[in-house]
Amino acid sequence: MNYMPGTASLIEDIDKKHLVLLRDGRTLIGILRSIDQFANLVLHQTVERIHVGKKFGDIPRGIFVVRGENVVLLGEVDLDKECDQILQRVSIEEILEEQRVEQQAKQESEKRKLQAVKERGLSIPKADTLDDF
Amino acid sequence: MLLLYIYKLYIYIYIYIYIYILYYYNINIYIFLQLFYSFFKSLVGKDVVVELKNDLSICGTLHSVDQYLNIKLTDISVTDPEKYPHMLSVKNCFIRGSVVRYVQLPADEVDTQLLQDAARKEAMQQKQ
Repeated sequence: MNYMPGTASLIEDIDKKHLVLLRDGRTLIGILRSIDQFANLVLHQTVERIHVGKKFGDIPRGIFVVRGENVVLLGEVDLDKECDQILQRVSIEEILEEQRVEQQAKQESEKRKLQAVKERGLSIPKADTLDDF
Repeated sequence: MLLLYIYKLYIYIYIYIYIYILYYYNINIYIFLQLFYSFFKSLVGKDVVVELKNDLSICGTLHSVDQYLNIKLTDISVTDPEKYPHMLSVKNCFIRGSVVRYVQLPADEVDTQLLQDAARKEAMQQKQ
């Protein structure tokens, strides 16, 4: 992954603030400290950011070691463009509450969808993969 | 005693050949990876849209690609409805190859005839 010109490498991204999207849908923001060929990452001063609608909340997490297979994407955070214009930061409790409400609403709609599908005599095959996204 | 020894030897040789054949066939699954790596390298600098398995679509300029088909995009923007607001402050990103569903390319940048010939050549090489 490294030492070859023109190849996608994370070497230049080290010691920069990054936003990492994980397969389970979580967003982590931290300083990238270490990488390897599997895209395993070590993040420093990591903050887990939860987004609900237009609001977001940060939970400080410390040092994170992320296994490469769970990484969806890694984006360099432009420090000038950290726009809080559209997004509104709220406290941790509030955002967790909002997230819980959102999860509940999603579960309800999923249940109703499953019910509707069952009524028609069909079935949605269960995804066997570990992917959650 | 000697017979047992001969049987063991026979089994070892058999296993060795079996594994060799398996290995030979398994390599061929990945032979097209090299082809697509070269293909993407020729597309560096072009604007592409990468659709991920989590249904996120990202538009950007292809900066680099590696042997795992990990993609680095510069100047990105989330195409579809921006229900992913957390990407606003991100201009460059690295996408792990394993999460890519599609890479949408401009039709005029791709020489399909060349690609077809290259793929055919790879398949022929692998057969021998």
